Amino acid sequence: MLRLIPLRETILFGAILLVLALISTRFAGFSTPTNLARVFNDTAPLIILAVGQMVVILTRCIDLSVAANLALCGMVAAMVNVALPGLSIPVIIVLATGLGAVLGAINGILVWKLAIPPIVVTLGTMTIFRGIIFLISDGTWVNSHEMTAAFTAVPRAVFIGLPVLSWAAIAVVALFAVMMARTPFGRSVYAVGGNPHAAVYTGINVGRVQFLAFVLSGALAGLTGYLWVARYAVAYVDIAGGFELEVVAACVIGGISIAGGIGSVGGAVLGALFLGVVKNALPVVNISPFWQMAISGCAILIAVAFNARAGRTKGRIILKSSEGKA
Amino acid sequence: MTQAATPVVSMDAITKTFPGVKALDRVHLNLYAGQVTALVGENGAGKSTTVKVLTGIYRPDGGTIRIAGAPVVFANANAAADAGITAIHQETVLFDELSVAENIFIGHAPRTRFGLIDTGEMHRAAETLLARIGAPFDPRTRLRDLGIANKHLVAIARALSVDARVVIMDEPTAALSHKEIEELYALVDKLKSEGKAILFISHKFDEIFRIADRYTVFRDGAFVQDGLVADIDQDILVNLMVGRSVDRIFPARQPSLGEDVFQVVGYSHPTEFADIGFTLRRGEILGFYGLIGAGRSELMQALFGITKPAKGVCKIDGAIRVIRSPADAVNNGIVYVPEDRGKQGAIIGLPIFQNITLPSLNRTSRSGFLQLAQEFALARDYATRLDLRAAALDQDVGNLSGGNQQKVVIAKWLATQPRVIILDEPTKGIDIGSKAAVHDFMAELAAQGLAVIMVSSEIPEVVGMSDRVIVMREGRIVAELAGDALTPETLVRHAAGIGAARVMEGA
Amino acid sequence: MTDTARQIPDRLQSRASRALRSWETLLLAVAVAIFIVNSFASPYFLNAWNLSDATFNFTEKAMIAFAMALLIVAGEIDLSVASIIALASTAMGLAVQHGAGTPELVAIGLGVGLLCGAFNGFFVTVLGLPSIVVTIGTMSLFRGISYIILGDGSFSGYPADFAWFGQGYVFWVITVELVIFAIIAVIFGILLHKTNFGRAVFAIGNNPTGALFSGIRVARVKFILFLLTGLMSGVAAICLTSRLGSTRPSIALGMELEVVTMVVLGGVNILGGSGSIPGVVIAAFVMGLVTFGLGLLNVPGIVMSIFIGVLLIGVIALPRLLAMAGGKRRAR
Repeated sequence: MLRLIPLRETILFGAILLVLALISTRFAGFSTPTNLARVFNDTAPLIILAVGQMVVILTRCIDLSVAANLALCGMVAAMVNVALPGLSIPVIIVLATGLGAVLGAINGILVWKLAIPPIVVTLGTMTIFRGIIFLISDGTWVNSHEMTAAFTAVPRAVFIGLPVLSWAAIAVVALFAVMMARTPFGRSVYAVGGNPHAAVYTGINVGRVQFLAFVLSGALAGLTGYLWVARYAVAYVDIAGGFELEVVAACVIGGISIAGGIGSVGGAVLGALFLGVVKNALPVVNISPFWQMAISGCAILIAVAFNARAGRTKGRIILKSSEGKA
Repeated sequence: MTQAATPVVSMDAITKTFPGVKALDRVHLNLYAGQVTALVGENGAGKSTTVKVLTGIYRPDGGTIRIAGAPVVFANANAAADAGITAIHQETVLFDELSVAENIFIGHAPRTRFGLIDTGEMHRAAETLLARIGAPFDPRTRLRDLGIANKHLVAIARALSVDARVVIMDEPTAALSHKEIEELYALVDKLKSEGKAILFISHKFDEIFRIADRYTVFRDGAFVQDGLVADIDQDILVNLMVGRSVDRIFPARQPSLGEDVFQVVGYSHPTEFADIGFTLRRGEILGFYGLIGAGRSELMQALFGITKPAKGVCKIDGAIRVIRSPADAVNNGIVYVPEDRGKQGAIIGLPIFQNITLPSLNRTSRSGFLQLAQEFALARDYATRLDLRAAALDQDVGNLSGGNQQKVVIAKWLATQPRVIILDEPTKGIDIGSKAAVHDFMAELAAQGLAVIMVSSEIPEVVGMSDRVIVMREGRIVAELAGDALTPETLVRHAAGIGAARVMEGA
Repeated sequence: MTDTARQIPDRLQSRASRALRSWETLLLAVAVAIFIVNSFASPYFLNAWNLSDATFNFTEKAMIAFAMALLIVAGEIDLSVASIIALASTAMGLAVQHGAGTPELVAIGLGVGLLCGAFNGFFVTVLGLPSIVVTIGTMSLFRGISYIILGDGSFSGYPADFAWFGQGYVFWVITVELVIFAIIAVIFGILLHKTNFGRAVFAIGNNPTGALFSGIRVARVKFILFLLTGLMSGVAAICLTSRLGSTRPSIALGMELEVVTMVVLGGVNILGGSGSIPGVVIAAFVMGLVTFGLGLLNVPGIVMSIFIGVLLIGVIALPRLLAMAGGKRRAR
């Protein structure tokens, strides 16, 4: 029997290579290692968030509040940096990640203990978190000259050829890949998504797994919040506006099934990279960036259609002559 | 096998109520090590509630559960599993996307020093368990790629892996072939020899008398009696279940067959069935027999328009009709009462009367606008005809017992005044009392001139009710039997393909 | 065998008693409470013209919400509605540049809405794909096309009589949009609650397989529902464009989530199978009252959304919290 998951990702990988090849015919400089590294770095926040969203979607939930979470934690990190310039950056990073985890926990608790559907919860928290940014900042921006040098330097600091931002993405991907494949929690995520009814019988607490998925997604959003405001050296209410849909799109393109239980870290990364490559390629081949939205839209539709076909069976195999298994 | 031994698990005076329904009323159940106890009862007797109480899904409202004499309370399913109680259900309740080994060990996988799952050890342990029960597949196989019988084996391996003391089997042979059933019995014997206490729930009497040592009978949520199987026989058991003597007699019929109403020629599907052809007459009951997976339900669903055949023609009253959707089928007077009551038959969430009127709305409504009075009238009429037991017609159909839900489904289709009614396993999972009612009803329908197709896997029912029987095997018709040729032996031989391949016998 | 003395009654409780304990009643109480609080909070609240203007806060969203409610009851969702507005509006703007008059603009607005709805419907009902991801895709695609056409710019120069939809009044203080809203509410209310079609929608939402096996043409019903959300987005596009007098590709950005909020607040189960149009009507008023009242207090829009977010979660959480508190005494 074909193992569909590696096939799906192989095809996606192939599609990315194809796009790169096409672009290289117009502009050879695009596929140089330096430029590819730049594209990877640019896509790092999307990769990190996509990995977190993958865990949530695997458990049959969805988290539309990640962008608002990111923005709120980023603003808090920036404001803390302005108020306490002496506070070391690692502490700020921990603070941002922790706050993100707490925000994720709010989503998680509402889903777990009150059984409110995740789309409703995260629709609500999405607007609540954004509103809170306004409340704490009074609508003002935190600009680069207000942030300490250390604050903005960290994501850009280069370390064995790659900036810290890229390393953060790589670390998250590696960590989560191990977690999903080799920890009981990771396997229980697949169990919960694949058959929540059965999961209860095996003693897995479905609600708790979903709660933890939201906490992880939130923590990653918090971490990315710091990385985002530090890298772009600005924090205001509307940062990453609408980004949550790009994150879900990355997961969908990466083969993560919205029905839960199917998907992998590799898929999420590839989905994010696809969107990142397209976004960075457009200006280079003289296609106006205004095409980007439409192209992502098409990519999502194609990915969903393709993944659904691949998973569908053509009716039970009963006739001996129509083969299959005996 | 001492009577005085302490049961491994005992339920003392357990009560469980739901809004409006007392599912269990001070019932007793004892399970002994190394013995199989059959839990017997009609539908609605409380068997599945009992399983859920024992596996910790439900907390009892009264009474005590004891393990080896000591009272316990299961806070959740996990606690019951920790206490050594596992269950194997009709549809194996595991994870298709995980491997066999992961399925066996989920929730208690061996770990390495760093807290990660020790996959090497897990696969080794899985191999050992699978060998112990004679399972021939690789623990790395994804569960999705196995058939139902093998999935049952994985469930049993899982039960062994948690060193279960109690193994509950809930209608485990429902979807198995004869060979697989025999293998399961051997496995049950093995589990017995290892000292496990087994609770076996089944509707099949021959099974009960074959493997059970003890029996416990529930009726309407109450305990009736328990004891040793050796001390009773089928009649007594039926009597206990139903509270009255019920002869396994099928309604006497004087079939007066009318003209051909339904004719199928050359129906074929790419993968599910081929070259299906038969004729059905008014007033006839045509049985379809075969092993599970022979393609009968698939054929019926194609006749009903759920799936599309690759080729073939069907004629109604002599005229060729194209059936591409259930709506087409209904318009042509063909209706289908599906096997899967909950998912395909009744619409849970809608009230009873809306379920009944759903396909008949164009008759009860006016220009597309609903007329509730007409709907209630129609629903009332058929509810009375079928002797439906319900609190009110606007209650959610999901509140009804299985037998009554089946009546709602049948009522729904009868209300469309069909010509042909296809019943797919109509008495599966239904208690004896209701079974007899359904059989009487089918006979009545045939007497009124309806043409009835009955798909069934129960030989007594097939032999007792049908005028003719078509046997299918691997998607094809292999025999058409009637009269003297219609015996259990010929049915089984044709269905399993023993002896000559395609035989046409008739009277 | 049948015992006429044991005939099953039609109903157990009277319809009145069931109505009293329903979601709509709770929501109505909330609406009244908000109205009272608002009238104390600001002197400008109880002014007919101000109230009339306030209706713009919800009319366009509600028009879409009614169609969306039916779609969600059937178990699907359409997140592309705001993007359909953008595309329809852009198409109308293009038409204006080519000298189209109001009747043509209306036809184009509605036509684009229908086409987009059909596009969504095709992917969901013919290809069988999950509507949430399809409409996330078309959400990007439709607005993306608007961006390709318009880029950073905008269209204006709409004909004078086109403004009637979004800026007109009938009967003194009642806006045209409010009338359109009311008519659409009545139409959808009848459609969902009083017709065979509506019954089919409920059946599909509760059990799509069961509905199919009962002879309902599930695919056709769902396709029609997507056409309806598309069409209503077209209607909303006409109203909104007419009210603003111009078109940008960013028009109605984020509106889809407000529409879904309105539907869920109205008591429609996001998982499908139950809900009512009266509930959505009340929810529309609740959201309108909240935004209007807060606006009078000079609360910025983004902070207003906190209230809406809290309201959304609160209204769903409250009954469950109460049920949990009540049930704690009984063992599970």
